[in-house]
Amino acid sequence: MDAVAEGRNPAPDSLWRRYSEFELLRSYLVVTYPYIVVPPLPEKRAEFVWHKLSADNMDPDFVERRRVGLENFLLRVASHPVLSNDKILYHFLTEEHGWKEVVYETGFQAKADSRLRALSATFRVRNTDKRFMDMKHYSDELQSHTSQLLRARARVADRLYGVFKVHGNYGRVFSEWSAIEKEMGDGLQSAGHHMDAYAASIDDILEEEEHYADQLKEYLFYAEALRAVCRKHELTQFELEMASQDLISKKQQREELATGCERFSFKGMTNKLFGQEAPEQREARLKLLEELIAEGEEAVKEKTVECEEHVERAWVDMQRFEEQKDKDLREALINYAVMQISMCKKGIQVWSNAKECFLKM
Amino acid sequence: MSGQTVPADFSGHMLDLDEDEDLEVFSKNTSLADGSPMPNSPSSMVNQYRLEEDEEEEQQQDADTKDIFITVDNPESHVTAIETFIMYRVLTKTTRSEFDSSEYEVRRRYQDFLWLRSRLEENHPTLIVHPLPEKFVMKGMVERFNDDFIETRRKALHRFLNKISEHPILSYSQHFKVFLTAQELTSHKKQGPGFLSRMGETVRAVANSVRGLRNRPEEFTLMQEYVEDFSNKICSVDKVTQRIIKEQREYLDELKQYGPTYTQWAGSEEDLAEPLKGVARCVEGCSKETEEQIQHLSEVLVPALHEYVLCAETLKAVMRRRDNIQAEFEAKNEALASRKPENQEALQEEVDGLADRVELANNALKGDWSRWQKGMRTDLKSAFISTAEKNVDYYEKCLAVWESFLLSQRVEPSEQRDGEDVS
Repeated sequence: MDAVAEGRNPAPDSLWRRYSEFELLRSYLVVTYPYIVVPPLPEKRAEFVWHKLSADNMDPDFVERRRVGLENFLLRVASHPVLSNDKILYHFLTEEHGWKEVVYETGFQAKADSRLRALSATFRVRNTDKRFMDMKHYSDELQSHTSQLLRARARVADRLYGVFKVHGNYGRVFSEWSAIEKEMGDGLQSAGHHMDAYAASIDDILEEEEHYADQLKEYLFYAEALRAVCRKHELTQFELEMASQDLISKKQQREELATGCERFSFKGMTNKLFGQEAPEQREARLKLLEELIAEGEEAVKEKTVECEEHVERAWVDMQRFEEQKDKDLREALINYAVMQISMCKKGIQVWSNAKECFLKM
Repeated sequence: MSGQTVPADFSGHMLDLDEDEDLEVFSKNTSLADGSPMPNSPSSMVNQYRLEEDEEEEQQQDADTKDIFITVDNPESHVTAIETFIMYRVLTKTTRSEFDSSEYEVRRRYQDFLWLRSRLEENHPTLIVHPLPEKFVMKGMVERFNDDFIETRRKALHRFLNKISEHPILSYSQHFKVFLTAQELTSHKKQGPGFLSRMGETVRAVANSVRGLRNRPEEFTLMQEYVEDFSNKICSVDKVTQRIIKEQREYLDELKQYGPTYTQWAGSEEDLAEPLKGVARCVEGCSKETEEQIQHLSEVLVPALHEYVLCAETLKAVMRRRDNIQAEFEAKNEALASRKPENQEALQEEVDGLADRVELANNALKGDWSRWQKGMRTDLKSAFISTAEKNVDYYEKCLAVWESFLLSQRVEPSEQRDGEDVS
């Protein structure tokens, strides 16, 4: 965790550089392990803010929460059965100089799938593994539900803040009022102090709740990672289908060439227009085709392996992810309940105290 | 007499009680189960808190010896060719000897209450007569009343009569007796100083206030200052409370949207569905409690504060009237001094009369002032205590909701494991 600690030097500049390095690490992992649901990074910019909370990315609270998020990211990666063995990760953690160069040397950026290809695959692929399609659908749901929840929670927090702060006005007015009363004065005055305390208490309460929101956000971002694995499946499957299709058409061409009846081809037309080609030319073409077919068969074999391996490994990791998600989110919900209970206890305390003061009025 | 019950549906003519400052909302927890009157004096509420100060003891004795019980209930719509208004039933049970019977039932409308109060103020200009709920200011609507408005007004009228009945002087007023007992009030209303004479009084009062007061006794100056300050403070507390209710309502609205997001999410989960639904239930439970808390504020604290906002205005009026009485005396006294001794005798009697009047007025106010202060302290104290108690109750109930969720989560994992073993 030294890497994280070192990155947290006071100057915000160094933090931003560090964040981009985390981004680089993650990009590398995503490309290198497309069958793994790679842990997400914490948000770069504050989102889902309720209005009193600072949306300023330089706000110390936000910076701190993001630091915690980055730490969490590393923990997840370092404890992942597959990712933890990665050499680049090791370099990142041991803070060797020239880490960036090492990453670039892997040439991972060239291996990255173009978005266009990926999108095309999604639309044109024919036979996808049902489990992956279900998982993809689930990832959409997860994303939509968590973001709705986060939005609603932020609005609730906003309103709750308003309620608490208005009570602070009681503090001021009671204090002024107590000045003109005799018997009621002391009771009013001290009740006013409790109202001030009540109003002030919301800041800590909501700050704590942000941690809960962060836990949910992690899984909001995880949804994207999950979807990426499913898309990779679509892509490998699509590429396999393309390769198979290509092989079939090449074989068909050879068939036609061998039997001498090319149905609908350019060569066939030129034959008709300019006369038959010479037998040597035909031989040359056949030979070329045979080579292409051999290549094609290799490609199909490779693609099949790639596809099957991806399915196998991805399925394992998606299971692992699901278990982790259920466990983590259940814990988060429990923690949320604990927070609510703590808030209720504070409320009971304040209003019991206020009641005591009113009794003295 | 039309026996129509108040129609339930006044849709389209909803009053916005929150915003209309001319409307005040009165209520004390005076739910009437079977129509029998419930003693609801401040002193009976003091009993609940077992205070041992002398002044409270004195009021306790009042409660024990209370000999007149009044209820206002059963609002009914009354339709004539000219107008529609609400009639309330006023039920009186008493053991007082001045009353021929021990039980009376009459029907009164808001105007009748206004009449009673103005009579009481006329006869006792420097006594503090409890205020009535305000007239409804029509916002260009034909049908004036919905159920909530009628109910709040009814509670306030009930409170008004009870406050009068507890007043050591006012409760023995002839007008009060007539109000409670006469089947037809119209004939009684016609008696007494007419409109013109009342106008004359007002003109004199204005003239006097323009003259200015020579030397107001110190204690009344202090009283005046207090009334000014109190009025400001009570208005502020009232505004803050209204604001809190507004914020709470908006919070409640968001809560109602928040809970379902957990339920919706649960729809696409398996193992996680149960805890998600659990949280949804908790949020729902807290929403209900919030609703109740808002209602409590509206029914207990807001009316009590409003009542004293009006009282502050009453106090200002009382102080003005006292000043006028003194001013009148001073004016005549000066006129007397500027006359030649031969002409003084006739005027002297009048001046003496006015001097007596001043002394009576001052003493009446002094006596009623301390009584009012005690009443104010008791009423507001109990309203604040009740609010604090409700808030504690609110948090306790929410706490229980979340704790039961935690409990369910502790039990589940082992149950889940058992379930898996079985399958």
